[in-house]
Amino acid sequence: MQFRLVKIAETSKKKQTFIFLAAILLALFTTGLFIMFLGHDPVKVYLSLVNGAFGSRYRIEQTLIKAIPLIITSLGIAIAFRMKFWNIGAEGQITMGAFCASYLALNYSYLPRPVLLSLMLLGGFIGGSIWGIIPAFFKAKWGTNETIVTLMMNYVALKWIIYLQYGPWKDPAALGFPKIPNFAENAILPKFLGLHIGWVIALFLVISVHIFMNYSKKGFEIAVIGESVNTARYAGIEIFKTIVLAMFLSGGICGLVGMIQASGVNLTLSKDITGGVGYTAIITAWLGALKPHWIVLVSILFAALVQGSSYIQTAFGISAASAQLLEAIILFFVLGSDFFAKYRLVIDWKGLSRKKENKL
Amino acid sequence: MKRIFTVLLIILLSLTLVVGCAQKAPTPAPTEQPKEKFKVGFIYVGPIGDAGWTYAHEQGRKMLEKELGVEAIYKESVPESQECEKVIKDMIDQGAKVIFATSYGFQDYVAKVAKEYPNVKFLHCSGSILGANYANYFGSIEEPRYLSGIVAGLKTKKNSIGYVAAYDLTEVIRGINAFTLGVRSVNPKAVVKVKWTNTWFDPAKEKAAAVALLDEGVDVIAQHQDTSGPQVAAEERGVWSVGYNTDMSKMAPKAYMTAPLWNWGMYYVKTVKEIQAGTWKPEAYWGTMKDGFVDLAPLTAVAPPEAKAAVDKVKADMMAGKFNVFAGPIKDQSGKVVVPAGSSVSLPDQLSMKWFVQGVEGKIGK
Repeated sequence: MQFRLVKIAETSKKKQTFIFLAAILLALFTTGLFIMFLGHDPVKVYLSLVNGAFGSRYRIEQTLIKAIPLIITSLGIAIAFRMKFWNIGAEGQITMGAFCASYLALNYSYLPRPVLLSLMLLGGFIGGSIWGIIPAFFKAKWGTNETIVTLMMNYVALKWIIYLQYGPWKDPAALGFPKIPNFAENAILPKFLGLHIGWVIALFLVISVHIFMNYSKKGFEIAVIGESVNTARYAGIEIFKTIVLAMFLSGGICGLVGMIQASGVNLTLSKDITGGVGYTAIITAWLGALKPHWIVLVSILFAALVQGSSYIQTAFGISAASAQLLEAIILFFVLGSDFFAKYRLVIDWKGLSRKKENKL
Repeated sequence: MKRIFTVLLIILLSLTLVVGCAQKAPTPAPTEQPKEKFKVGFIYVGPIGDAGWTYAHEQGRKMLEKELGVEAIYKESVPESQECEKVIKDMIDQGAKVIFATSYGFQDYVAKVAKEYPNVKFLHCSGSILGANYANYFGSIEEPRYLSGIVAGLKTKKNSIGYVAAYDLTEVIRGINAFTLGVRSVNPKAVVKVKWTNTWFDPAKEKAAAVALLDEGVDVIAQHQDTSGPQVAAEERGVWSVGYNTDMSKMAPKAYMTAPLWNWGMYYVKTVKEIQAGTWKPEAYWGTMKDGFVDLAPLTAVAPPEAKAAVDKVKADMMAGKFNVFAGPIKDQSGKVVVPAGSSVSLPDQLSMKWFVQGVEGKIGK
């Protein structure tokens, strides 16, 4: 008896729908069992999860505040992923963007607010883009593995911030507690319609990235490199330049997230500045099929899941670890279902051609 | 391909939303109105199962619920960052009228949110903020720390004691000094070696710091951490330990001797009672051993036999208000007398203490 995985050339939409619905139901069922094991009513917990994410104006705001960095980071990642450049380094790019923006915020707080904030935005973009260009250069020049390089550079960035937070940038007014001083008033992003202005930036970026990817020459070239480097070369596309440009944009957009989080949400720089967004956004970018409009929706839903599960912790006294487990189970099924849409399991009995499809 | 997935994901989740809202309409009446319990929120820096700091606060929260019948919600493992502000607002959104924030790093966020919500009362543990609707609470943990120092000082054979410490905050420094003064009161030759972990809650790292101290030759481990990691290290090496926050004898039955303890519940009950009655006034609450706010855990069989008498004697003086841990003469690390005989370190000076007493081997950051 042999097991084989066979790639499915084209899955019908009907089948995809079925697989996806099955995944969601299984996820709800499995988490339901776990919730019952914890001694709660699953239906009540699910309802208050939704209620916690969208139940009031305040909760919707909180969900959106979580969604903003996810959306922007996913956009940045999507540009690189479209080129099949696996940028796992958003975490580091966000961090370095936040670092550059914070440097300006802490040292030039005497500048007028619009000037300072514009400089910080620029600084955030540049900080992130430098962290993006380095692995792009190595990849384009010597063919290094970008997954490893971008991943490792996350830790370099993180350790750099830890060094600053516990060393030269430590707030002397904090009685020894390792924190970087809070930004002055004019280094803080203003609010617009009750939410920090980051959402306007996010919206602007969604439209810009959409246009760039679909209607510009460079956007097209990036997609061609993603499909086949040889085709791109044959078509006369400058591979080196395009890879570096794509990562300049990808890293820069992620760097903006760092600036927005530092200036709009955290009001200072800290080693927790990313909140893991750089990794989470890989999931949302992928689930959003690397398309800006889908990324927006997926990110909001994902933020709702996080916000809702934070709500059920206090509402039901479910421990932080259990709430994370619930999130993880749901994600596991949703992401895992993708596998069954692309492959099927073939069991070969004694080498005979009797095939059996393993359906869930 | 992916599009259909996303569409479905959206439809499904919006369906749950619709269902959630549709069902919400009739349900709130019975669930939210019947009793309208007074709601209190607790913000914890670690998990309630940490067997240390957060566990001790959790015992206080349970006592509060039991004695006053209020609903006390909590959130564990809240980072000392902007996330804290969000968690506080979430709790207020859920109806909390009083917030207890139980870690130093929450201070700035508590003060900020307090100004936005004048009708909610905020109590911050171990800080110094004070305003119309926010205040702080802490206590003289240096008293039991001094006593635990006596136990450690009598136990050590190598005259070398290790102290695994969190951050070089004044709170932690004060504790190390009190402990060392206790050690040297019975064993003037002993030294206390300090290792900083820069964590409150990281069992592995805190254990590793204890192991490093043991490698340097100490034979008693004391700690200012929220976990029992250092205790476990002492247990594995077959030496002895002084815990913190709770009775840690379960984690290290052959090493654990005693621990300085907090009685948070007493303060929580008192404060919420006052707030409900409308008599609460913002104050910097400072509980002492005499008040029953801090205490030393009962000595175990591992503790040296002569320790009990030595501890009880000093404790009796503390209870009578006759004993000041920071009474002179006290020398600093260089041997210079900084607190002359006849005087003592005032409470404000204790709260900004940035120097070590003689006998401590360690460095404070700038």
